[in-house]
Amino acid sequence: MADEEDELPETELSYDQRKEIAKWFLLNAPAGEINYVAKDLKAVLSDEEVYNEAAMEAFPVYNKSHMICLEMPSRAGDVIVSSYSEITENEYLDPRTAQVAIVDHVKQICTKVRPANDEELPSLYIEEYRYALDAEIQRYVSESYPKGMCAVNCVKGKDTEGPGSDFELVVIITAMRLSPQNFCNGSWRSVWNIDFQDESQVLDIKGKLQVGAHYFEEGNVELDAKKDFQDSTIFQSADDCAMAIANIIRHHETEYLASLEVAYSKLPDNTFKDLRRKLPVTRTLFPWQNTLQFSLTREVEKELGLGK
Amino acid sequence: MEAALGLLRRMPPKQSETALSALLSLIPQHSSDLLSQVDLPLQVLRDIESGKDFILCEYNRDADSYRSPWSNKYLPPLEDALYPSSELRNLEVEANDIFAIYRDQYYEGGISSVYMWEDDNEGFVACFLIKKEDGSKSGHGRRGCLEEGAWDAIHVIQVGPEEEEMAQYCLTSTIMLSLTTDDESSGKFGLSGSIRRQMKMELAVADGHLCNMGRMIEELEGKLRNSLDQVYFGKTREMVCTLRPPAEIVQMRLPDT
Repeated sequence: MADEEDELPETELSYDQRKEIAKWFLLNAPAGEINYVAKDLKAVLSDEEVYNEAAMEAFPVYNKSHMICLEMPSRAGDVIVSSYSEITENEYLDPRTAQVAIVDHVKQICTKVRPANDEELPSLYIEEYRYALDAEIQRYVSESYPKGMCAVNCVKGKDTEGPGSDFELVVIITAMRLSPQNFCNGSWRSVWNIDFQDESQVLDIKGKLQVGAHYFEEGNVELDAKKDFQDSTIFQSADDCAMAIANIIRHHETEYLASLEVAYSKLPDNTFKDLRRKLPVTRTLFPWQNTLQFSLTREVEKELGLGK
Repeated sequence: MEAALGLLRRMPPKQSETALSALLSLIPQHSSDLLSQVDLPLQVLRDIESGKDFILCEYNRDADSYRSPWSNKYLPPLEDALYPSSELRNLEVEANDIFAIYRDQYYEGGISSVYMWEDDNEGFVACFLIKKEDGSKSGHGRRGCLEEGAWDAIHVIQVGPEEEEMAQYCLTSTIMLSLTTDDESSGKFGLSGSIRRQMKMELAVADGHLCNMGRMIEELEGKLRNSLDQVYFGKTREMVCTLRPPAEIVQMRLPDT
């Protein structure tokens, strides 16, 4: 492979342009397919250097936006790679076990774990809220997602020692199903931001749901669905907040799933029909046989009662 | 080349144009292969002389000009351009008229074009194209569900020479489709994709080429529509239910904890 580098036909693309194109392919890989894309891309590029640099830049972005789950060594559990748990580009906090996972983005593995420092963890006051919410969300996810993973991170005001200041928790739920032998992959991503507003004693809740599915046996078909949500509840004790938030999330996600079902059920008769009907307006197959006649156009039009 | 096709199969269908142009610039030595094996959303040009739109594709292109099926002229004008024989041109004119009616019956709108040209083995090739764009954005959504919808159908049919009053027809059809709905409850919901299938038949020439080709196209187009609807969209729906099964299923499996 490496020897071919010099024999590449002359192209007008600069090194950076090739790298940008390579990154574009990697970043646009559907859920769970970046490694397949990477393999084909390597073959197309036949330039290790460009590929490696593109991979170094694209994988971290991809892993975080797809919120991939990586198993931590020595049965320490799983860590979700996301911008909410990011300490440095290669370090991600698992708030549940208070550990930091060292991640190899391109290989998509967790190479090491270390205990989190005190500065990386929230205060006891915040942890009380985070812990209670995490427990409720875990219960919800285990009930509703056959293979779901979740985490609750504090993204704002984590050093707040007690009532009097605002803070923000983020609930992440991610589920992925990969079935490459059936040419079908899919992912569900939820991000719920909960803004604990001390002064108004209100929790402002914002959700972002994103569902994707890719089926590519003898074709290439993609579902891309997303929706934003907004809700609120009152600031209460940690346990009551956790319960209220989990109920709100459960409610919206269940409703959303039902509305996706409705969107699918409307497809055949409404949406799809707008593009092409199943049968002609006349509800019979097109009278091709009449096209044989000499004044064919007129014949067909007569048959259909169109006449100009 | 195989890897390039692999990439195209994985990239989001809506990005197929970007993906193809990226590949063309990365591996220009394969451009003709790529262009012949990959279909892109169809483009449209207005034939000012006839006041009608026509569809652009590789089959009516010569240099940078495209031949209108309505006036049989190249736009922009081109000297020494290629034209079908007058016999084939007659069939092409007929085909365009009839296919426009067929298109209106199934699509209730849209644009169609048919191009024909002689091939090397005494037969000919015909390309039937349909482009339909719909949606409330463009103000044509009849049923008001679509925010944006696009359907491109490309039917290329090779007709072999006549032998004992029979001819071989080989049809390759591609459908490219994207539809997006956007409403309060389901948010943004987009499905897009493309599929391609082939169909071969030996038919009596006595029925007329146009009739034979038309029936094959109608049949295969219907099949492709159904498999997009049932198989392809169905698979993505199944996937959603696997990721997060509807509540009743969960309750059946996991009694209240």
